[in-house]
Amino acid sequence: MLEIRDLHAGIDGKDILKGINLTINKGEVHAIMGPNGSGKSTLAKVLAGHPQYQVTAGEVLYNGKNLLELAPHERALEGVFMAFQYPIEVPGVSNAQFLRLAYNEKQKHRGEDELDPLEFKDLLKERAKVVEMDASFMTRSVNEGFSGGEKKRNEILQMAVLEPQLAVLDETDSGLDIDALRVVAGGVNQLRTPDNAIIVVTHYQRLLNYIVPDFVHVLADGRIAREGGKELALELEEKGYDWIRAEQNGSGVSAIAK
Amino acid sequence: MEVESAQSRSNMVSQIVKPEQFFQVAFQSLRETDPAAAWVQLVRDTAMDRFELLGFPSIAIEDWKYTNLASWAKTNFTPATKQSSLAAKVVNTPTFAETTQSQLVVVNGFLREDLSSKEALEQIVAVDLFNAIGDARYSKIVREYVARNANYHDSGMVALNTAFLSSGVFILLPRNVELAQPIHVLYVADGVRDNEVSFPRLLVVAEENSSASLIETFISTGDAPYFTDAVAEIVLNEGARLEHYRVQRESSNSLHIGKTSAELGRGSSYDSTAINLGARLSRHDISVVLDHEGAECRVDGLYITSSEQHADTHSVIDHKQPHCNSHQLYKGILDGNGRAVFNGIIFVREGAQKTDAMQTNKNLLLSDRARVDTKPQLEIYADDVKCAHGAAVGQISEDELFYLATRGIEPAVGRNLLTYGFAEEVIGKIKVDSIRKAVDEAVLRQLKTVLVS
Repeated sequence: MLEIRDLHAGIDGKDILKGINLTINKGEVHAIMGPNGSGKSTLAKVLAGHPQYQVTAGEVLYNGKNLLELAPHERALEGVFMAFQYPIEVPGVSNAQFLRLAYNEKQKHRGEDELDPLEFKDLLKERAKVVEMDASFMTRSVNEGFSGGEKKRNEILQMAVLEPQLAVLDETDSGLDIDALRVVAGGVNQLRTPDNAIIVVTHYQRLLNYIVPDFVHVLADGRIAREGGKELALELEEKGYDWIRAEQNGSGVSAIAK
Repeated sequence: MEVESAQSRSNMVSQIVKPEQFFQVAFQSLRETDPAAAWVQLVRDTAMDRFELLGFPSIAIEDWKYTNLASWAKTNFTPATKQSSLAAKVVNTPTFAETTQSQLVVVNGFLREDLSSKEALEQIVAVDLFNAIGDARYSKIVREYVARNANYHDSGMVALNTAFLSSGVFILLPRNVELAQPIHVLYVADGVRDNEVSFPRLLVVAEENSSASLIETFISTGDAPYFTDAVAEIVLNEGARLEHYRVQRESSNSLHIGKTSAELGRGSSYDSTAINLGARLSRHDISVVLDHEGAECRVDGLYITSSEQHADTHSVIDHKQPHCNSHQLYKGILDGNGRAVFNGIIFVREGAQKTDAMQTNKNLLLSDRARVDTKPQLEIYADDVKCAHGAAVGQISEDELFYLATRGIEPAVGRNLLTYGFAEEVIGKIKVDSIRKAVDEAVLRQLKTVLVS
């Protein structure tokens, strides 16, 4: 579904990603871990098409198409979704209005029928169960005055409504207490299907107790320094990130290509 | 100062009649056709004298620094007459579901009873202001309050309106009456004759513990350039409550100058929302005097300017007595070459302790050519008060657009969504459903977008 080949990218002329290689297939959950500044959030933003990041080399194929040629909204319409670490507030626009607009844009793109407010209300009510959100959230402005946990739940609600093929969750666990973490992770798990794929970007192993990954990739200094199964995350939890950095510096390995 | 400059402008172009003289001819004619009670005539004469002295304001006056009327001041406006108003064919006047039986239609400044519907207004008085002057039941109260708060001694535009006082609307909310239906005063400029000026005038007196909602709407049904010079005076006696919506949707060929003056009695509540969408150039002066303890007001507004529009709001909130609250939020959206001015001053007079005053002005610029001049001001002469004010000018951020884009919303739609959301904070407070919807639609139309309901 997704093939990242030798991806180099940065911001304001500063290189952050220095040759990422990654292949993701349908039905898989991949965790991207790494210390602060290793480039894991940059990778998420580059996949979603953040305009401030420049891709300097490499390519990203999504279902055989060149993802990097698509504008951010086109990527979304093609099924790429990113849950933000810091979701943006949209004052004056209700959650229900916003979600219906987004949902209908996607329906239009697929050549399917748009839903009127009443039809959409039913759909929204159903999907909101995934993250245990009650109706009062639907009439409130998008993310405005939401707590950190509510914002993250709202991100997963959007994912539930838009049903992406590839979901990138950028530090979705940051700022969550254990109860909120359980709800958010539970929501993501309910949305796992054999046809979609999920990339979980996280600093801590904690989230991976709930969203169990098939593969773990550890980024350091813009490269994938180590890869493995879910047990790698546990190893990192125990030893921290320093040994990976030490190993990387010591061996001089630039990247371990798959 | 401005008299000299007006003269020098006239001298530059020969054979142009000085506008003040032009108005004088019409004024003399009005004195003959619409004679008034002696005291009213004295008011009109005095006001005309003031207008001749003050003329149209020039940018040399601090309060008019950013709003230039020079080209309008040179126009030979013709005051609308009762005859032309009565002859005007006004069809399809917009109404709202809530006001089909409580609507007063004013055409070119003259109340048209034949177009108005007052079935739901039986509990109150809603009549022609000029007729009320001559009506023994109301003459005393009108005399007490008309031309009292809208000061014509310092404002040429209020003076001009006052000089031509010959119709308008008088609303009296009797003691303890809580009117269920909102009152809609619809001002129509028929826009048929070039450069006609009309003088809409409203006087609202709310007696003790009365309450009502009032909507003023300004529209035009024609394409000719015209000038609306409007004055509204509002008096709330003890415990009275008024929700006041002022929706300005004049044609893009027009000059709109409006003055709203409110005087608040003890424990009264005034909630004003001014929506400015229309006119080529508009200016709204709103002043609220909190002259008795326990009065409270909200003075909110939204202005949207596109293409070559200019919208100016000047607000004065005057805390004269202790224990009064005022809350103000004005938002502006500026597109194209649009320009706006917000100038808001809050006075907290000596002894006005425990005043709680809050003022915010936020502007959203949608184009690099748009411009706003904003000046929130506080002048405090009491020491035990809670006051805050602030102004902001911003643009839609790339991060916001990116967030929407990651949900499949293209940037053009995203911009509209964010702009609409920005306006919604003010529109959302409109409590009369169909007016909120109408304003919503007008805003969306002006933003050239169609959005989810």
